[in-house]
Amino acid sequence: MKTSHRALGAALTVLVMAALTSCGSSSGSEPAAGGTTTLTFLVDNSQATVDTAKALTDAFMQANPTIKIETETRPGGSEGDNIIKTRLSTGDMSDVFWYNSGSLLQALNPAQTLVDLTGDPVLQNVQKDFLPVVTQAGKVYGVPGGTAMGGGILYNRKVYDKLGLKVPTTWAEFMANNDKIKAAGITPLISTFKDTWTSQLFVLGDFYNVQAAVPSFAQDYTANKAKFAATPAAQAGFDHLAEVHAKGYLNEGFGSATADQGMKMLIEGKGAHYPMLSAQLPPLVATMPQAATDVGFFGIPGTDPAKNGATLWEPAGLYIPKTTEKLEAAKKFLAFVASPPAADAVSKVVQPAGPYRIQGAKLPDDAIQVAKDLQAYVDKGATAPALEFVSPVKGPSLEQITVAVGSGLTPPAEGAAQYDKDVEKQAKQLGLAGW
Amino acid sequence: MVTKQATGSRTGPGPAPGQRHVRASKQRAAYPYTLYLPAAVVYLVIFLVPTVMAFYFALTRWTLFDSTFVGLDNFRDFFAEQNLRIGFANTLFYAVLTSGLKVVLGLLLGVLLTSKLRLRGFLRSVVFFPVLVSTVAVGITFSALLRPDTGLVNKALALAGIDGPDWLGDAGTALLSVALVDVWKGVGIATVIYIAGIMSIPRDYYQAVAVDGGNAWHRFRHVTLPLSWPATYSVIILSFIGGLRSFDLIWTMTRGGPGFTSDTIASIIYKQYQAGFFGLSTAGNVILFVVVTAIVVPLNYFLGKRQATL
Repeated sequence: MKTSHRALGAALTVLVMAALTSCGSSSGSEPAAGGTTTLTFLVDNSQATVDTAKALTDAFMQANPTIKIETETRPGGSEGDNIIKTRLSTGDMSDVFWYNSGSLLQALNPAQTLVDLTGDPVLQNVQKDFLPVVTQAGKVYGVPGGTAMGGGILYNRKVYDKLGLKVPTTWAEFMANNDKIKAAGITPLISTFKDTWTSQLFVLGDFYNVQAAVPSFAQDYTANKAKFAATPAAQAGFDHLAEVHAKGYLNEGFGSATADQGMKMLIEGKGAHYPMLSAQLPPLVATMPQAATDVGFFGIPGTDPAKNGATLWEPAGLYIPKTTEKLEAAKKFLAFVASPPAADAVSKVVQPAGPYRIQGAKLPDDAIQVAKDLQAYVDKGATAPALEFVSPVKGPSLEQITVAVGSGLTPPAEGAAQYDKDVEKQAKQLGLAGW
Repeated sequence: MVTKQATGSRTGPGPAPGQRHVRASKQRAAYPYTLYLPAAVVYLVIFLVPTVMAFYFALTRWTLFDSTFVGLDNFRDFFAEQNLRIGFANTLFYAVLTSGLKVVLGLLLGVLLTSKLRLRGFLRSVVFFPVLVSTVAVGITFSALLRPDTGLVNKALALAGIDGPDWLGDAGTALLSVALVDVWKGVGIATVIYIAGIMSIPRDYYQAVAVDGGNAWHRFRHVTLPLSWPATYSVIILSFIGGLRSFDLIWTMTRGGPGFTSDTIASIIYKQYQAGFFGLSTAGNVILFVVVTAIVVPLNYFLGKRQATL
């Protein structure tokens, strides 16, 4: 009897302590009068983001000694999405946070949870092209963090030189290159289906070509008027996936290979092409310096060489939740992030994976090859933002469907139809009009 | 004690026995009920409220920020899920295969580890050890071991001249590989249950077989096997429920892939949650609850009846 009393007492003490400490931490975050203000800053735990955040906060704190920024990390992917949503809905969000722009931002209910920055001087250096991806219902909520990135084919330039190949401008040329590479005993196409997200690039990175063929696709698709399975240009991504598998271009063990293994294969020249995001490269430059020079980028080739271009992923945004008690300091930080000096500070630490979205910010001269290749597309005006930045509709099962199509388990037409159904479910769950 | 006092009071002076009885029972009832209260509050807050809320949220479109009542739409959408049929088939296959193998291997290991072996204690710990390791750790370890090029399993097979498949990346072998790892991890529990069951069989029966001139096979066939039925029953029920709800190992090893080929109901539900469809995934959980109940209750009844007739 005595022991159970004691156990109950101990349990109670633990509970009370937990309650007290949790209260204590929230009351401790009030700005210290006259002294320094401490901002909390939540970022995802990918190496590139952590390094970028460190470069930004270090440079900012040096210029503003009265403001201190504490960075916290969270997991990426949908686990991170749920952490963000939970913390926003419980009012427990940090003063500034780093999160995707485009369709994922729309799911945060910005009007209810985020500080409206429309017309604020914070935005004066932000490129106009970027604003739509952080805008909902005419109100702007964020500034760009880091650089845009390309989604297309990363290729090994040494392999191309050795075999005398040319960067393809059509899918037919691309397949001809693959044939020659295979004949030379090198894996033509790297696929890494253990990290399922990597399987989507042929479909998502093809959006430039979709838009070139059907300019109104994004609007019609959002309004439930266009479908992947009913639009040949949109279904092409699924066809490509099936085709490269059927021709035996993939690396051995593609079903259980990871993105890290894939990047290593590409940089070492064991594989020639890897459909991937350019942002995968900068973190690897430190350990494999040849990644900066040996790997290049081209957009996924379409049917018409005259309309060759690339699909661009806009940078993530930095946002301020409505619950912050230090709005002034937070805005000061955002204004700094969206300025050329911030871009320079980041470039010194993290190699940019593509162009900045800040007016006056330039790529450094020693930028890695993929960033230069991407900048060339931007200068030509031959880029389109990926579909997920212009439409709130993106089905959650795409990565499983593309793995199934890319492994030869599902025919491409069926895969496209499955994705249309997946999208329909998502639109209904979001409560979008017209579905 | 109570009876004696009661008889005493009836003979002696005082209030009528009926009245006293009423008051006593009232007092007896009032005292325990207050003691129930803390436990009842805990039960209400931690179990009943969330369960009722889950049943409610299954009927809403829920984004964590707000919820809209949509009736049975979520259930309709969940049943319309394209890979649900594969998921159901995989879940049943997985549950039947793992619980079947755990019964067979557990029984064999149980017999082995109750016999007079020199290393019996050590071997018992070895069999039980995987149970103590975290499932996620097991999943990650075996993902590495089963890699097609660098994994230990295929390297060992290569020594024997066999070209091993891409265990987890190949649609044909992915679910089977996960199920076998599950058996490796869970057979220790089955073995322990069997050891307890076999030890509780009275020695007399074995002596009777010996007197009749029976050998080891006879002992196993006519004594151990039928009399360890209670253990078999526990192992089947426990591992079958575990198999139907299996999630962590599948998620760490294949994430339901490649494609949808190793999806189970639990992994389908988790994917809905990941996508932010909280109402839909809650509806899936309610369905899983109903399915597990619908399979296990009759199974329990059937197996229990067999136990009674033994």
